[in-house]
Amino acid sequence: MYDVIIVGAGVTGCAVARFLSAFKGSFCVLERTEDVCSGTSKANSAIIHAGFDAAHGSLMAKYNLLGCRMYPELSKELGFSYKNNGSLVLALSEEDIPKLEALMENGIKNGVEHLEIVGRERLKELEPAVGHVPVAALYAPTAGIVCPFGATIAFAENAFTNGVEFRFNTEVKGLTRSEDSEGNSFWIVQTAEGVLRTRAIVNAAGVYSDILHNMVSANKIRITPRRGDYLLLDRRTGGYVQHTVFQVPGKFGKGVLVSPTVHGNTIIGPTAEDIEDKEGVDTTSEGFDDLMEKAGLAFDDLPLREVITSFAGLRAHEARHDFILGEASDAPGFFDCAGIESPGLTAAPAIGKEIAQELAEKLGLPANPDFNGKREGFIDPKALDLPELAELIKRKPEYGRIVCRCEQVSEGEILDAIRRPLGAKSLDGVKRRVRAGMGRCQAGFCSPRIMDILAEELGVDVADITKSGGHSEVIVGLVKDRV
Amino acid sequence: MERTEYNLIIIGGGPAGLAAAVAAYDAGERSILILERETRLGGILNQCIHNGFGLHTFQEELTGPEYAQRFIDKVLERGIEYKLDTMVMSIGQGEDGSKEVMAVNEADGLLLLKARALILAMGCRERSRGALNIPGFRPAGIFSAGTAQRLVNIEGYLPGRRVVILGSGDIGLIMARRMTLEGAKVLVCAELMPYSGGLKRNIVQCLDDFGIPLKLSHTVVRIEGKERVEGVVIAQVGPDRKPIPGTEEHYDCDTLLLSVGLLPENELTIGLGAEISRITNGPVVNESLETSVPGVFAAGNVLHVHDLVDYVSEEAHLAGERAAEYITACKDAMCAPPEKEKQIPVAFSGGIRYTVPCTIDPDKIGDWLKIRFRVGDVMTQRKVVLCLDSEPVLVKKRRVMAPGEMEELVLTRKVLAAHPDLSSIEIRIEEDKA
Ligand SMILES: Cc1cc2nc3c(=O)[nH]c(=O)nc-3n(C[C@H](O)[C@H](O)[C@H](O)COP(=O)(O)OP(=O)(O)OC[C@H]3O[C@@H](n4cnc5c(N)ncnc54)[C@H](O)[C@@H]3O)c2cc1C
Repeated sequence: MYDVIIVGAGVTGCAVARFLSAFKGSFCVLERTEDVCSGTSKANSAIIHAGFDAAHGSLMAKYNLLGCRMYPELSKELGFSYKNNGSLVLALSEEDIPKLEALMENGIKNGVEHLEIVGRERLKELEPAVGHVPVAALYAPTAGIVCPFGATIAFAENAFTNGVEFRFNTEVKGLTRSEDSEGNSFWIVQTAEGVLRTRAIVNAAGVYSDILHNMVSANKIRITPRRGDYLLLDRRTGGYVQHTVFQVPGKFGKGVLVSPTVHGNTIIGPTAEDIEDKEGVDTTSEGFDDLMEKAGLAFDDLPLREVITSFAGLRAHEARHDFILGEASDAPGFFDCAGIESPGLTAAPAIGKEIAQELAEKLGLPANPDFNGKREGFIDPKALDLPELAELIKRKPEYGRIVCRCEQVSEGEILDAIRRPLGAKSLDGVKRRVRAGMGRCQAGFCSPRIMDILAEELGVDVADITKSGGHSEVIVGLVKDRV
Repeated sequence: MERTEYNLIIIGGGPAGLAAAVAAYDAGERSILILERETRLGGILNQCIHNGFGLHTFQEELTGPEYAQRFIDKVLERGIEYKLDTMVMSIGQGEDGSKEVMAVNEADGLLLLKARALILAMGCRERSRGALNIPGFRPAGIFSAGTAQRLVNIEGYLPGRRVVILGSGDIGLIMARRMTLEGAKVLVCAELMPYSGGLKRNIVQCLDDFGIPLKLSHTVVRIEGKERVEGVVIAQVGPDRKPIPGTEEHYDCDTLLLSVGLLPENELTIGLGAEISRITNGPVVNESLETSVPGVFAAGNVLHVHDLVDYVSEEAHLAGERAAEYITACKDAMCAPPEKEKQIPVAFSGGIRYTVPCTIDPDKIGDWLKIRFRVGDVMTQRKVVLCLDSEPVLVKKRRVMAPGEMEELVLTRKVLAAHPDLSSIEIRIEEDKA
């Protein structure tokens, strides 16, 4: 019997797990895919929103602000990449300026600090790349950018080292409430890998959170996957923009953002399209056209020749457009983290802390005396100065062998990604942890080598190595095996 | 962390780097170091196990590894120093005009090297799916043709059993044949353009001979399958290269190979600050194949993508000789004294996309200089005219010219001698009415 089972190893589930591990108890995260961070948390804008956007009084507004304030410290404690770069919302015409003012007012009510409306001149100073159209902007210096994989993996790893169990390829198929002989209620959890029992459940299943919720509650919810397409530009474009640049929704539609990423790429997106398929992360050419056109309103000379990849993510959109958080009224012990659409990444640590606290109170969990909230991030040789780098390679020669040329990732980093607790098991797993294959050649050069390393480290045949778990095997056999 | 000085450091141990090293040595230079990131010399030739290499250089048909070995032997015979498994991370210039190279490998750790001259010979990489904006899912089973070639020829793995190929670049064509020989079924080769980007001989020997259809003016409009590719939809494109609705054809397959172009790998060159051509994506070079940074030369696919290795070797030979001359001019300093240059831009028109070199100093040409270029479209019945100071000095008739085949003109000392105060050089393609 577990005290808590968390369903879903996205940023929300992993953040809950991490804060829960500060309490004593038996906890387990169940994830239907092969790795953490393989749902929405892997495909989003990666912005730590300042918090002026969410409607005042909403849960989104509350946890956005709290989360935004937690990231700077957390990123140091847990060793993941975060940068406080500030954001700008552009007014593309004079008519848009009242909208900026309304946003600012909403932000101030939400508690966002240092908001400021800047005119064109100051805007050009702050962000020289903006084109000739924008007339003014709302400047939010507290906004930031984060590595969404890095953050999610850090939460998970830290939870794991503090005793939380993780089970992958374990989809939850059914939930029923039961009682023991003493009248204590508990949950029977049917999974693809057998039956488990737990005192409480956290529903952090992303776009599937309605399915989980509706298994136990009469108050039905419906999550609509709202797809967003993105274009990612080469690191060569690093520095093109400094801030995350939004457009105020206006006569041209909702607008798209152009932002640097923590790794020095430039990201453009997202589109917004409601779909049925909860796995429908296929991109569309209409989406690409839309992005290029809208981004072109804010910038005159976007380096669109430098696109290295595109992808899509699914927002877990609920009709009321707010997070659904906490114990379901008609299902004791069932805690929702549902409808976690943007700013869900920003809000995750605040949600995690809150839900962990509620669970601890409900279940009477004492503090975990062995809790260590610190985690060492991956060694990034590129961040070292030359003497440090020389010293590292002397100590660990595998850091002197570069496997991924484009991102200059060494074998040492790849081995670390695989050997760590909750290590990578697939090419995408390696990519999300240490960026091998994330660069301009998109894994063309390094994937054969990484497949070999994975096979050797995991003790499996190369034919079993997958791109991203399941049946995504990279090769189908040996040459002439059927000739 | 040791600091080591060489006269010449060559980045890349493929055919360009090897030929450049041999030429520099034969020109008298003895302080040479080749840096190669792979575990062996030879570059991309190591995975090109088909034959067809060396017809021009050796008047023999060799496989890629055999061709490479000829040059590796020359490097070994001369005792030229090289380091394998060594990745150059950045290059730059010191205050004394020296060229600085930062590299890493397991054995030496961090290497901070200095040289009087550099030759860039890093080769190229393949354009990936991302750069093409092909919509759809991102399952396993999508490979660039070169990656598939490596998996098959070096590792012995089969990347797929039912294959669609997008793009008719040479590696894609070669892989159509290779995959067929290894037991896969290649269903179709779709090419966006109305002509193939590959060599004619490869279309005949790799597609036609195996009954693989080549569909020109076609592209992939959908990739199906969430985990592994399950199908690909191709459609015909109009003159605007946009898919024509209603022309979609579905193929059941587990693999999509992309052979959609090669890009010179110039991250180091950009880091150095050398000027890059937007057409070739390679550095802008003069008649000595010297980049805009004096003492830094370039040759092979890093400069512009070649279709035949023989031309790479020839080009690299020039770079090697010129680098050796530059080093001689350095005397005891780390760089050569700046000279008054008389660089004449090579102007072009009539459908030429670029030339290498981009500028020429007539005083610096040996007995002859090859000007290489590519056209942007298929053309028939043309003549290529070389004009010096607007006077046609050379006319070369071409029945067919295609973007997939590199063209060349030879400018000789003799022709130049008749134009002592030369101020313009132009290459034109004209219709050949005769
Ligand atoms: C286009 C787009 C842009 C965004 N931009 C931002 C942004 O800039 N800033 C920001 O703060 N937020 C942003 N967000 C929102 C943010 O990405 C999400 O709110 C956040 O990632 C949600 O995390 P999650 O853990 O709730 O969901 P997910 O990451 O989807 O995780 C849910 C997990 O549950 C698993 N699961 C589902 N069902 C089951 C089951 N039955 N059994 C076991 N496991 C199951 C899934 O496999 C998945 O791994 C954006 C979202 C999108 C789509």
